[in-house]
Amino acid sequence: MRYRDIQLDENGRLRHFLSIEGLKRQMLMDILDYAENFITVGGRSIKKVPLLRGHTVTNLFFEPSTRTRTTFELAAKRLSADVLNININTSATTKGESLLDMLRNLEAMHCDMFVVRHAQSGAAHFIARHVAPHIRVINAGDGSHAHPTQAMLDMFTIRRHKGEFADLRVAVVGDILHSRVARSQIHALTTLGVHEVRVIGPETLLPQRVEELGVHVYHHLPAGLEGVDVIIMLRLQRERMQGALIPSEREYFELYGLTEEKLAFAKPDVIVMHPGPINRGVEISSEVADGPRSVILEQVSNGIAIRMAIMSMIMGNRFGSEEEEQ
Amino acid sequence: MNDLPVDSLLQEMAAELQRHLHRSQISAPLMIGIHTGGVWVAKRLHRQMGLEEPLGTLNISFYRDDFSRIGVHPQVKPSRLPVTVEDRHIILVDDVLQTGRTVRAALNEIFDYGRPASVALAVLVDRPGRELPIQPTVAGIHLELEPHQQIKLEGPEPLRITLLESVRGAEPQ
Amino acid sequence: MKIRIHGGRLIDPASGLDEIGTLCVADGRIVAAGESPEPFTADREIDASGLVVCPGLVDLQARLREPGQEHKGTIESETAAAAAGGITTLCCPPDTDPVTDTPAVANLIQELARRAGNTRVLPIGAMTPGLRGEQICEMFILSQSGCVAFSNAERAIVNTEVLRRAMEYAATHDLTLFLRPQDPWLSANGCAHEGAVSTRLGLRGIPGFAETMEVARLLTLAEQTGARIHLGPLSTARAIQMIGRAQYDGLPVSASVSAHHLHLTELDINDFDSRAYLRPPLRTQRDREGLHRGLVRGVIGAICSDHQPHDIDAKLAPFAESEPGATAVETLLPLSLRLADHGVLSLSEVIAALTWRPARILGIPAGTLSPGAAADICIFNPERYWTVAPETLVSQGHNTPLMGWELKGRVTHTLLEGRLVYQLKG
Repeated sequence: MRYRDIQLDENGRLRHFLSIEGLKRQMLMDILDYAENFITVGGRSIKKVPLLRGHTVTNLFFEPSTRTRTTFELAAKRLSADVLNININTSATTKGESLLDMLRNLEAMHCDMFVVRHAQSGAAHFIARHVAPHIRVINAGDGSHAHPTQAMLDMFTIRRHKGEFADLRVAVVGDILHSRVARSQIHALTTLGVHEVRVIGPETLLPQRVEELGVHVYHHLPAGLEGVDVIIMLRLQRERMQGALIPSEREYFELYGLTEEKLAFAKPDVIVMHPGPINRGVEISSEVADGPRSVILEQVSNGIAIRMAIMSMIMGNRFGSEEEEQ
Repeated sequence: MNDLPVDSLLQEMAAELQRHLHRSQISAPLMIGIHTGGVWVAKRLHRQMGLEEPLGTLNISFYRDDFSRIGVHPQVKPSRLPVTVEDRHIILVDDVLQTGRTVRAALNEIFDYGRPASVALAVLVDRPGRELPIQPTVAGIHLELEPHQQIKLEGPEPLRITLLESVRGAEPQ
Repeated sequence: MKIRIHGGRLIDPASGLDEIGTLCVADGRIVAAGESPEPFTADREIDASGLVVCPGLVDLQARLREPGQEHKGTIESETAAAAAGGITTLCCPPDTDPVTDTPAVANLIQELARRAGNTRVLPIGAMTPGLRGEQICEMFILSQSGCVAFSNAERAIVNTEVLRRAMEYAATHDLTLFLRPQDPWLSANGCAHEGAVSTRLGLRGIPGFAETMEVARLLTLAEQTGARIHLGPLSTARAIQMIGRAQYDGLPVSASVSAHHLHLTELDINDFDSRAYLRPPLRTQRDREGLHRGLVRGVIGAICSDHQPHDIDAKLAPFAESEPGATAVETLLPLSLRLADHGVLSLSEVIAALTWRPARILGIPAGTLSPGAAADICIFNPERYWTVAPETLVSQGHNTPLMGWELKGRVTHTLLEGRLVYQLKG
């Protein structure tokens, strides 16, 4: 009567991609390996492969996000899928019943995969639990819960620069409390077995008992950056001032903004990442964002390859056995 | 069945390919091997023919027409085409030609990289069972095999070909 | 109509009775408990061999959804479910639509309950009109119309001055206030206990101290005003400690807890199981142990169902967008009996927390098998297992985190004023 992990099928393969939590190390490594193939596809004159030809991918965005939607759209199109974009206005509160009605309608149109972005934590799980069995669901961000494809592209970027995960110290800086990206990154990093994950921020932006996710907590940026190989800066939402979580952007930048000066506390070959979009002068200075240690734009292009890999993997798993033919 | 004389077959293939290039007045061909066996064969031919351009490798898993039956393999090696294929004369190399589907997939992928001037096909073993109108330009050997018989290429060094009596009636590509 | 119930284990914590014996009922009242009076010719015999015979349960909080939300449940459907759960008296909070802030609504509820005839329903009147927390209700008139206590339901009275006046007024007229302590700011938009699970799932948390903050405010005002207050359903160990201290200091404060909170924790939310979305939220294992201790020490007087039936769509949404609450009247007894099975309380203590102790909190003469009392009787098989499933539930709502669970203890008969209002089939 307890829910089993609905993102895995009866053979333990990916059925949906909802959360990093619950996935084994080898599966994450497989995704990273498989994504390498799609990097080459991006360098060709025709950036398309026919893997998902004849399939329909629906981007169901209950929360506006041009960037994420665009990369998913591009990824699906490069796999030769047909893409349907549905943006649902969230100002009119979407009730559960109408959400399910909408899913039924899309199923009736023979969609094969839903890419879901929703402001509520657990929305992708909810949809995955209620779709017809042949439909696959990818979580493109649900509330403060998870953003697993973003975390995977970050892992991909880290691996391309650092190789092995085992010896790495990684710092995640900023608004952990509201960040679905941070939660997924923490799960991915701990699953891949990095040496240490640190979270750095004021107590107001750290969730209760965050250390139970397997991280070390720092409140002081220079101390937290000491000796790290990777720095992941999180976006600070402007509305956080209203919740009395921080006093001002100025003070936040003073304490937690990443500058050249603060960067010096990390290892010399540190890489700086950011899931975007960047608030220059709030969480990161322009000279760092555009500087030699920054891999922020690389993250964006890796995002397409990783999403192609995940989409084709879960669609491929929909079919019979993995028997290889000669 | 005894092992085939792979080395001498490769020598004959290299010579035959040189004649083909001469006839067609092609001076700088680009050789591309299909993963995995085709790459092994191509490496040998590439060396024997003394080609200057680096060897390209092709992984056709994204182009297989049986994706919807077998799904994906995360451990595939990516395709690597070191130079552009645009307007180039290409020698596509595979180990065994049977149904022609692998070659079809490889041609599709090559054309997604650009528009080549021509494509010649070299295979080590040509056997019956064609399902598409594809013929090799050069073949090391023609073997009259029954559908249940399978050929396995072992490599890369040394290259050996062995014959397997398949129990289940597989449909090799 | 004379009924003799024989062969059962009679348990009446109010009178200290716990023996195999016979219970005789005549004209809706209990005539004798233990030995049969001579001569007594029964019109009907109930063989209770192997069963427990106890007072009908008194549930301090059950929402019947009528008036206002009949698509979730009606007084008829939910009192039938309550009877199937052995409940003979229940209190319904005032957050009906319209709010129970006028005698008309209070009378309507009682009239509909009388017509259904399944369970005695005691409305709880609103403390403030529309539950808006701005003025105080006509509590005296409402009490004359059958309101047994007063409450602002889930809505905190933010204005402390209004709260103070409401307490003073209730004290003046010797009325009981039912208060559900939760600081409105600390709990705003929250849907799960603020802790490891809410952090993992990215759900907005409600910290434990959202409850204790409000308990502190209410206890301070109660001490000041002399009002008799009842706090519940509670969820934190710390709140129980604070209330225990206030009781020790002599404050007229009582407390209750829902059966769910005695068994489930935040972990039952699992991967966003909206059936485990309750209010107050399910908390930690330590809190659950604290609630058990509160029962053992007598700080918590009553276990209630906190019954909240829903239509199917209410739970078909992402966790935070679904509606909180569980259908609970039929699982109240078996869940509470687990406390006896697990050695937390004796069987008699469990029954006390479900019968005469809540009756005493309300100040009503119910929850006892003493001769002369109304013949509100619950007969149950303590060894019988049953599975919670849509077909085994009488309630219109099937929203329960216990769905699919096998529970031990099943009500076989319920008598309301000597009338058999429920009998288990099969």
